[in-house]
Amino acid sequence: MFDDFFIRALIAGLGVAIVTGPLGCFVIWRRLSYFGDTLSHSALLGVTLAYSMELNIALSVFIISSLIALTLIHLQKRTNLPGDALLGLLAHSSLAVGLVVIGFLTFIRFDIMGLLFGDILAVTVKDIFVIWVGGALILLVLKLIWKPLFASTVNYELAEAEGLNPDRAKAIFTILMAGIIAISIKMVGLLLITGMLIIPAAMARNISDSPQKMVVYSIIGGLLSVILGLFSSLEFNTSSGPSIIAAALFLFILSLFNIKQSIKLKN
Amino acid sequence: MNSNQNILVKLKDAGFQINDKWLVKGVSLQVEKGKIVTLIGPNGSGKSTTAKIALGIYKKIDGSVEKNTDKIGYVPQKISIDWTLPLRVYDFMLLTENLDEETINNALSLTGVTHLKNKNLGDLSGGEFQRVLLARAISKKPELLVLDEPVQGVDFTGEIALYELIKKISDELNCGILLISHDLHTVMSATDHVVCLNGHVCCSGSPIDVAKNNEYKALFGEQASQILTRYEHRHDHVHTSEGEIKKN
Repeated sequence: MFDDFFIRALIAGLGVAIVTGPLGCFVIWRRLSYFGDTLSHSALLGVTLAYSMELNIALSVFIISSLIALTLIHLQKRTNLPGDALLGLLAHSSLAVGLVVIGFLTFIRFDIMGLLFGDILAVTVKDIFVIWVGGALILLVLKLIWKPLFASTVNYELAEAEGLNPDRAKAIFTILMAGIIAISIKMVGLLLITGMLIIPAAMARNISDSPQKMVVYSIIGGLLSVILGLFSSLEFNTSSGPSIIAAALFLFILSLFNIKQSIKLKN
Repeated sequence: MNSNQNILVKLKDAGFQINDKWLVKGVSLQVEKGKIVTLIGPNGSGKSTTAKIALGIYKKIDGSVEKNTDKIGYVPQKISIDWTLPLRVYDFMLLTENLDEETINNALSLTGVTHLKNKNLGDLSGGEFQRVLLARAISKKPELLVLDEPVQGVDFTGEIALYELIKKISDELNCGILLISHDLHTVMSATDHVVCLNGHVCCSGSPIDVAKNNEYKALFGEQASQILTRYEHRHDHVHTSEGEIKKN
């Protein structure tokens, strides 16, 4: 029933979901949705770079996204523009530059749709390796910086006053964000990665009363979205990214009923 | 040498400015083990800023800060916690330190909020939240406590009890406390050293010395000064009535 490519996609997707779960919680808690968008838009530039210089895609996306993130932090300190304007500026200009560069690379056939929305056919064994090893690394580092990152998410000054070094945690977290975008771009596509980060975590928020629970539910939600999404992608011959995100949305809508019930119980 | 070892944090001619405007300037003070130092002053006089300089939250400062401890408990004046976070009191207690169940329960019962342990932080009242903040700060048995108006929004009887608790903690843990308070009565009863701020140190010393200071009178008015001189008189009385309460 299943072709090999489907199993590969499934293994890759599940790997991505395990990592986006906890990272997505921080994206919601720290209000970084648009930051995630900006990084993923800049990923296109990373992809074109990979093609033109024959680099590994994940590696080159990781480098470009990290650079964009550092540029953003630098610009935030140096200019008087508000944060969202800077995010928009970087997101769209890096997307535009990426597309322009693609125009020059006429000798390579590009599957733009696959790049933007994910392509399960494209997942190779090497991709699976990158996702699982990279993902394990990201989770390990996240666990190491969990305390300062979480404390500064709750209250920056408390974390700083009590010696947890929140600035370092924030910088490392930024790099982790670039990392997850780099490893998940083939699966979900660069326009929809932020959805994979936010929607399962948002679903988890609706049904959790503690940060730990939210992380666990967010991971479970992501895994279910990948399974549901990929099966329907196979069934209806749709792109993998949108199918996964649509499945996540479906779970989110289900979680809303839980809220209604708990509000009713409270009253 | 011995007194040097007791110094937990020492500000020397410290100041902080944002956009060329000095929030506070030329502050020198030190907090020693087992001592309570209180900052008083009108709104905008730089009390919280001074606390943040001492804590190292503000880094680009004038003058110098010498900190001899990492075990710090902080109760900020304002805390805006984002309610996108599902956070129970219990989770909040573990925010900066890994504590065991018993330590958490002890701290919560000291400030009288054990029953709130599993409640969501967003559902607490202002006074309840303040008690949780204080419980969290003392739970890690800090060497230095920085309390920025720790009893705001707490009911009157609770306020007295919490100030007594703060005094008790300072004795039991032998920790130094940097306290910011508006309540001049309480300030004067428990404090070892008072620093009166108004953008700079306008006067400092023992509570009685400060109360007699002319600059203090000019800043707070004659009435406030009378509160303190009256307080001097009432000092013994409070102690006897305190004893009576304990007998009950």
